[in-house]
Amino acid sequence: MNVHEFQAKQLFAHYGVPVPKGRFAQTADEAMAAATALVAETGAWPVVVKAQIHAGGRGKAGGVKLAKSADEVGAIARSLLGRALVTHQTGPQGRVVRKLLVEQGVSIGRELYLSLLIDRTVGRPVVVASREGGMEIEEVAAKHPEKIFSCRIDPAAGLQAYYARSLGFKLGLTPEQIGSFHRMLTGLYRLMEQEGASQVEINPLIVTTTGELMALDAKLAFDDNAVPYRAQIQALRDLDEESPFEVEASKFNLNYVTLDGTIGCMVNGAGLAMATMDVIKLAGGEPANFLDVGGGATKETVKEAFRILLSDKKVKGVFVNIFGGIVRCERIGGGIVAAAKEIEVKVPLVVRLEGTNAAEGRQLLAESGLKLEVAATMWEGAQKIVKMVQAP
Amino acid sequence: MSILVNKRTRLLVQGITGKEGSFHATACRDYGTQVVAGVTPGKGGTQTEGIPVFDTVQESVEKTGADTSMIFVPPRFAADAILEAADAGVGLIVCITEGIPIFDMVRVKRALEGRPTRLIGPNCPGIITPEECKIGIMPGFIHRKGPVGIVSRSGTLTYEAVWQVTQLGLGESTCIGIGGDPVHGLSFVDVLELFERDGKTEAVVMIGEIGGEDEELAAEYVKTSMSKPVVGFIAGITAPPGRRMGHAGAIVSGGRGTAAAKMKALTEGGVAVVKNPTQIGDTVARLLKPSKKRTGSSTRTATRRKRK
Repeated sequence: MNVHEFQAKQLFAHYGVPVPKGRFAQTADEAMAAATALVAETGAWPVVVKAQIHAGGRGKAGGVKLAKSADEVGAIARSLLGRALVTHQTGPQGRVVRKLLVEQGVSIGRELYLSLLIDRTVGRPVVVASREGGMEIEEVAAKHPEKIFSCRIDPAAGLQAYYARSLGFKLGLTPEQIGSFHRMLTGLYRLMEQEGASQVEINPLIVTTTGELMALDAKLAFDDNAVPYRAQIQALRDLDEESPFEVEASKFNLNYVTLDGTIGCMVNGAGLAMATMDVIKLAGGEPANFLDVGGGATKETVKEAFRILLSDKKVKGVFVNIFGGIVRCERIGGGIVAAAKEIEVKVPLVVRLEGTNAAEGRQLLAESGLKLEVAATMWEGAQKIVKMVQAP
Repeated sequence: MSILVNKRTRLLVQGITGKEGSFHATACRDYGTQVVAGVTPGKGGTQTEGIPVFDTVQESVEKTGADTSMIFVPPRFAADAILEAADAGVGLIVCITEGIPIFDMVRVKRALEGRPTRLIGPNCPGIITPEECKIGIMPGFIHRKGPVGIVSRSGTLTYEAVWQVTQLGLGESTCIGIGGDPVHGLSFVDVLELFERDGKTEAVVMIGEIGGEDEELAAEYVKTSMSKPVVGFIAGITAPPGRRMGHAGAIVSGGRGTAAAKMKALTEGGVAVVKNPTQIGDTVARLLKPSKKRTGSSTRTATRRKRK
């Protein structure tokens, strides 16, 4: 689960990580009031108005702007709010800006990069830092791998001071700055451990002209498996940032990811669901979604899955691919028939059932009177649905 | 032969009194697995489907000689259950539970370092040596004894591959689902090493997916240390970057862990990579040594007779 920059910074502040003073706003009036209050506190313009969407690259896309007066803040806020911001991470349709962060302007001395994440290869947290702040870390990794430093954390010992020293000296920090870098790392590590964050990224981490370290930007992602136990983190979820189909699917514990194609897929199991998308592509079609109805597909989950799939108007056909294991195919077949009758599936439908009692399941489908094609293999099913969707 | 589990394996089930735990404990026993004990704290002294239940893993191991554990406890308590089993000296732990917080697994992995205990999973279908021992939630009937080792990060996609191999009359030595979580126990390399050493495994099917570097490391291992043919498939070539595809570990982040990069690495490592998962069976049949091919119907009957 991702959260907004302003939410991440609130958590940072709570864990002792220095951030610029800032206020949250949802309208132009709120933004102007926020800026005035902020300047009353800090004593100086400018302020920075930052669009809050769950995507990176906001600065380059025009979503981050300096303002020297309340009127200017109002004008910027009006130009951002309610409009889609297109960055290299949003796709061409962009994301509608609904929230703003108004922040004190700080004078930047140096821009660095810092992140904490789980190194999957060894199963340990890792700190990654670079002297090249403000750039995409992937870009730095490709062009100047020697400028990236990392340090794996032993979870049994926790975050030690020498991690901060070894990275800090490589980053060119002074001994005093290394002290605050250590406090910063300790705070971020505790945030990860205690709040279930799976990735923290600060880009740029700045050294101000007066020598202080500060998180100028903040990106925070949470481990979806840890969120259910933390009400405070759950409260940070912003449904506006998710596809409505995905929000609907999550209510029924269905794993759903929206894609750009026209063929809806309904599959049991995540690996098979991905493979089904791949096979549709191989057959010359484009998948409209990833949908895993789980190992134990029932009539109810199948019905909800159909409803969600068909509410997506770009879906021109549906391919159901089920490998019945513990759940027998005739039960799943029965579920598909009942659900398809209730929902009235009007687009072409191809069903492939394999596994436990597959023959009985297929017979049930064939005798249902429903307009559907039965396929024996995943490949045959994919070819059939692609043909049916492409037919004029 | 086979790897990790066989007829002699003595299984205990943690979380046996739960709905899933009791259902699958019974299904494993029906398949032929020696299910000798169950553990549910507070239910010690009772029985589930005739299987004695103990309060602690330690006690169940002492009283029944259990050497392997299958875990069905809820995600919040699963890390604790894994470590309890490891401390009780259980040699192989198969954790089926899905949804364990990643930091819990970070701690578990660290705590298991340097110990003889092996962990399969979590978030996996389990392990099966056909016609001998089934530990997990996979349907037993799709398997048959044979020369193909199968290792995968997935559940139903593994069944798909198994079913193809079985229908061709080939059969499997052992099938292992290593799980879909980013931090997990046995890796592809660990399992490939075991298959390479196993006398009955003649070819291996490896099913990976987007996310992480397990497949790249496996490619390196195959290149340098594997003599047996390996067939590979990677799911998720159409998966968009930055999105978690069902499994917690199935995500392309920062341009890393793409299906294309994994396929390339595996191909360079000498793995026969198939783009179409429905060709896994045929490809492995082609790569098996000709004398061992069991494609004709007459040889299939002969194999079946021998089994009886």
